Amino acid sequence: MDELREVMITTDEIKTDEYLINMGPQHPSTHGVLRLLVQLEGEIVHNVQPHIGYIHSGIEKMAESLSYPQIGHLTDRMDYLSAHQNNEAVALCVENALQVEVPDRVKYIRTIMSELSRLASHQLWWCVMGMDMGALTTFFYGLRDREDILDIFEETCGARLTVNYSIPGGLMFDIHPNFQRDVKAFIKKFKTKLPEYDRLLSGNVIFTERTKGVGFLSKEDAIAYGVTGPTGRASGFACDLRKHRPYSAYDKVNFKEILSDVGDTYARYQVRMAEMWESMSIIEQLIDNIPEGDYAVKMKGVVKLPEGEFYQRVETARGEFGVFIVSDGKKNPYRVKFRSPGFSNLFAINHIAKGWKIADLVAIMSTFDLVIPDIDR
Amino acid sequence: MTNEALIAAIDKIGAEAETRQGAQYVETFVPFAKMHVFMKHLKEDENLSFDYLICVSGVDHADHMQMVYHLESTKHNHMMVVKVKTDGRETPAIDSVTDIWPTAEFHEREAFDLLGIHFINHPDLRRMFLDDNWGHPLRKDYKDDIHIVSR
Repeated sequence: MDELREVMITTDEIKTDEYLINMGPQHPSTHGVLRLLVQLEGEIVHNVQPHIGYIHSGIEKMAESLSYPQIGHLTDRMDYLSAHQNNEAVALCVENALQVEVPDRVKYIRTIMSELSRLASHQLWWCVMGMDMGALTTFFYGLRDREDILDIFEETCGARLTVNYSIPGGLMFDIHPNFQRDVKAFIKKFKTKLPEYDRLLSGNVIFTERTKGVGFLSKEDAIAYGVTGPTGRASGFACDLRKHRPYSAYDKVNFKEILSDVGDTYARYQVRMAEMWESMSIIEQLIDNIPEGDYAVKMKGVVKLPEGEFYQRVETARGEFGVFIVSDGKKNPYRVKFRSPGFSNLFAINHIAKGWKIADLVAIMSTFDLVIPDIDR
Repeated sequence: MTNEALIAAIDKIGAEAETRQGAQYVETFVPFAKMHVFMKHLKEDENLSFDYLICVSGVDHADHMQMVYHLESTKHNHMMVVKVKTDGRETPAIDSVTDIWPTAEFHEREAFDLLGIHFINHPDLRRMFLDDNWGHPLRKDYKDDIHIVSR
């Protein structure tokens, strides 16, 4: 027995050479074409270098030759799960620059659509996170419920993912006559389905073992690395722009900013789960009170921004999305910069994953909820 | 803090900075030589404590490059914009602020990639999206005869 113990102790002390492996660009847990160059010793991660740009599409360059209403259509293609919030950011930026006040109806509908979009995004995140952890069932549960939201989008906007709904000056179309009925039916249904999610995954022993106490991010580091959205809020960084810098109709609703001071992978999971309840509550407060009125203000045929620099921040499902427009008074912008939440969030990964095992890296990555076109732009 | 008080607090730093109330936020113009000292004060001053760097954007103006930093204080909940002109346009260089805000490392790498702005004392200045032999596409004089059709 003593001999055996001696052998075990010595194997503990064996050090292996450091080696590099490429996780991705085809690895399923990177959710797209992201390559992580991981420096490992045995199973322990020593360094993670994200390599991006595989689907860099030059959206900022393209935007320089397009008119302002056209830019909105490109933003759909960046973070395709927060397509509506991205549209809204461009629309708000242009409206603020021109000092156009949109009707209340537009604000209410934009807020409802943003929250539906957030719900759909969190549902997809939840089901894919389960799949990363080896639970394929979650994938079917999540996609089943997400389908209802996409159907609502399709009915009102004509598209399921790239909605193109918010345009400078208002909305592309008015809501479908069935919109309110369908949304209310969805909320009623999803309220019974969300506890199912908890029963399926939240208490699962394998899942909690792999996520609780894994991959800590402190509040100071979250701020220093600019980690926003549910990922930042799980570390206690109060960064919800809906609360702190309200836009559209967020100042007319009551909701809680979900914060956690734990900062581990499970906290990031819990924050997103709790946010789904808050999103439903926001929709419920607005859906019966959509004011009558126009769904858009009449804009000039050619939208020209005054000379200057304009910035607009909105809260997407992944965090803070920013649009920075430099205008020289022409019909197309001089320079557009998109501050995408995933970009800043991704580069905190080296800081978080250091010292954890490579299997933990998968868990950490999945709670970051990365969308690669959002990072690559 | 009101915007007037914020402007007064920023003016105390000195560093040849010119601060004014912009259309949306408080804007400051700093010469590139004094910029790193100024930024360090913004982060460390108790009354300002701009600890969250939101966005770093490079803009190519015809005769110079400009870096635009959007900053927020999570403690005091105020925002400001810092604008720095680079020295010249062909090989612009500017101090890196990575040691003040770690997130700047990646935003600066992006600006280096797309605009060709060099950052002094940057820990790891590599191309981010594009190949090493590619030009800098966000420069206004960038030409790509194959992919960009000019009308």
